[in-house]
Amino acid sequence: MADKQRIRESVYKAGKQLYKTLPILLGAILLVSIANTLIPKQVYAEVFRLSPVLNSVIGSALGSLLAGNPVTSYVLGGEFLDQGVSLVAVTAFLIAWVTVGVVQIPAEAMLLGKRFTAIRNAFAFIFAIIAAFITVAFMSVL
Amino acid sequence: MRKKEDFIKPKEVNKPEKKKKTKEETSKSGWYFLGICLLIYLIAAVIKPESARDIIDFFLSIIIKIIPIFALIFVLLAAINYFVRPKKLLKYFGREAGAKGYLLSLIAGIISTGPIFMWYPLMNDMQKHGVSNGFLATFLYGRAVKPALLPMMIFYFGLVYTVVLTVVIGLTAIIQGIAVNIIDNQVLRKQIRSQEVEK
Repeated sequence: MADKQRIRESVYKAGKQLYKTLPILLGAILLVSIANTLIPKQVYAEVFRLSPVLNSVIGSALGSLLAGNPVTSYVLGGEFLDQGVSLVAVTAFLIAWVTVGVVQIPAEAMLLGKRFTAIRNAFAFIFAIIAAFITVAFMSVL
Repeated sequence: MRKKEDFIKPKEVNKPEKKKKTKEETSKSGWYFLGICLLIYLIAAVIKPESARDIIDFFLSIIIKIIPIFALIFVLLAAINYFVRPKKLLKYFGREAGAKGYLLSLIAGIISTGPIFMWYPLMNDMQKHGVSNGFLATFLYGRAVKPALLPMMIFYFGLVYTVVLTVVIGLTAIIQGIAVNIIDNQVLRKQIRSQEVEK
């Protein structure tokens, strides 16, 4: 009996937790949809016209701003490479796409705290660039 | 000898904001946020009417995709509420969990699916249970590795690149977690020092 009561309580608590986060999730998804629809794909390649270091920063920044299915980032990354964008920039772009989410920052801050969100996203942005350089350095050795 | 930090409750370490909000204020702020997002959508629809339908289509496509993940998160939350006791959770993901905690967080991040924001409620729950912020950061960064999408990545960028990138992401996820924990510990020490000064 006590076990059934505990199951009921656990399920109720889970439902309540999800209900509380529902408006935040819906808002975040709406923001992702707006950004994904309004920013034309051709615009992206135009921004990579600088030095490798700056390109990696731009790659990480662009990946941070955009959101959506990672498959889209692979397709875009492949297109960037075809257009002559450096591998470092594309790698930073691919990593930042999934690890940094500018449009999701409000939702993340509300649920996980402002300080944690700021530190995590700043680190993720910088680490996307560092990881890109390490990956490309390894690639040149192999 | 135990350190002073050990006597601080984990909940205090992971306290999201200095000023504690009431439960009502927190749930209301979520609806305000949704209201602002709807306003942004309306502005976008007025400025570019032809994109209004596309935005909704994209929005619905995401919703349809995340429904199964939403169900999974619900089951996980219920399971955590039922099985996991804070003490047990802290053993694996608490401040003293060490290397094992980073590794488990990384594996959990790699196998987790769906959009990042779907995992915030679960992360929030774990944070309240006293899970270290560094492990949450490792989990969220580890999500950059997508096992289901590896064949697609290999197709676009080649096998060697995919393997190297996966290993590098795994390592940087752990380093990021360690860095977040170091910052958290410094903040904690400052809080202890200021408490001592106040006394």
